[in-house]
Amino acid sequence: MRERPLSSVPVWVTALLAIALALQITLAASRPEPTAKAEDLSAPPGVSALQLAALGEPVALAKLLMLYLQAFDYQAGSRVPYRDLDYGHLEQWLSAILALDPDGQYPLMSASRLYAGVPDPAKQRKMLEFIYREYLTDPNRRWPWLAHATVLAKHELKDLPLARKYAVALQQHTTTPEAPAWVTQMEPFILEDMDELEAARVLIGGLLASGRIKDEREMRLLDRRLKLLEERLREKKAGKRP
Amino acid sequence: MTRIIGPIARATLLEAMRSRMLWLVGVLLVLSLAAAGFLGQVAIIEAAEIRVTVVAALLRAAAAFLTAAFVVMSMVRESNDKVLELMLAQPWPRAAYLFGKLVGFSAAAVLLAALLTLPLALIAPAARVLAWGLSLGCELIILTAMSLFCVITLTHIVPALAAVLGFYVLARSIAALQLIASAAEASTVWTDRAANWIVHAIALVLPRLDEMTQSAWLVGAPPTTGTLASVVAQTGLYTLLLVAAAQFDLHRQNL
Repeated sequence: MRERPLSSVPVWVTALLAIALALQITLAASRPEPTAKAEDLSAPPGVSALQLAALGEPVALAKLLMLYLQAFDYQAGSRVPYRDLDYGHLEQWLSAILALDPDGQYPLMSASRLYAGVPDPAKQRKMLEFIYREYLTDPNRRWPWLAHATVLAKHELKDLPLARKYAVALQQHTTTPEAPAWVTQMEPFILEDMDELEAARVLIGGLLASGRIKDEREMRLLDRRLKLLEERLREKKAGKRP
Repeated sequence: MTRIIGPIARATLLEAMRSRMLWLVGVLLVLSLAAAGFLGQVAIIEAAEIRVTVVAALLRAAAAFLTAAFVVMSMVRESNDKVLELMLAQPWPRAAYLFGKLVGFSAAAVLLAALLTLPLALIAPAARVLAWGLSLGCELIILTAMSLFCVITLTHIVPALAAVLGFYVLARSIAALQLIASAAEASTVWTDRAANWIVHAIALVLPRLDEMTQSAWLVGAPPTTGTLASVVAQTGLYTLLLVAAAQFDLHRQNL
């Protein structure tokens, strides 16, 4: 079916189209841009409701929800966007997304790298605890995020007992060969920082004796560390160190 | 002109009344009341809110689909039966036919909105339901105009219906898309910035259906007069735009 030429369209129709289009664009442009304010992050629907809404595509919905959640972070002109979020609701969102897509790494990556990086210790702790709890449900897949949480607890929060708790969990529950050895060997180093030299010595000795360390360089490194610890312990006993 | 538009509109409305759509609406009403009763039973807290919002959202989606499907199928059937050619062969302008169909379909859509608003009046405050129903009527008028435009341009059921439903989903989610795309404002990658620009450009030519007929009006803060006025203004303007586009296309078709 060939189209008739443009000249067959009455002028008033063309004019009406142009005017209506111009008015629509003017109206749309005059509307304020949609903005997501940090305080607007409300609690998520229940996991069952989300599963129902997913229409059999929970993983796709989880990915979309993660992007939606991200919209509250990436706010133009905001310097500290994460800190303004309601972390109670944020945690509920992340939990719900993980429930929809347990294999997804995005929520825990966001929790450890983004949301736990805010300059607010209470909110940092909340995120770290969330990572810890979720790690325990799937240690061999989620160890990178608890490892990062351990570093944050040690260096940012300066909370060595908390860092040790995470390090112990990593050591006890991470069994995948994909995890590098240092992930499961953080506890003695944290103990050393806590001045628990004897416990650190026992742990490193136990690690070496267990035969779990296969790499020659790692064994040498731990052995050297063990000797240093023993030296420090001797000095401590002799009263040379406080 | 009115003498031509009137009968066409009346015939279109009559077609809607005599088709099985009314039966379908009846079934929908019964199902929605059953769903309201069921949800009220299973909810532990906020039973009334859950009942109202879920039923309202279901009715809204069903109304949108029924409207789009009815307009598209009616127009295609008319075209297949050569009624369209007969109409255009009459000594009246093509605009009269299009306006007649628009008025008829819009009246049917408003009637549908009124019928589907009824069950909500049983479970939510009347004033809020009225505002919700008014907005639903406006939304369905926009959908009617969009369906007319798509079916005149695409002429077949599947592409026209897909285009209308795609438009509806896009218009309902464009604000969320803008928010996600605005994350690219700080990006230095040109593709991110281009995507952001494209999304904002699309938003300029779409109605904000996400701001219309919100279930939250029934349980949270009711819409202000300003909000409702904005809904009506948006409906008028966008319908005008779609009718103009449909007119343009109808005049170019070699029928």
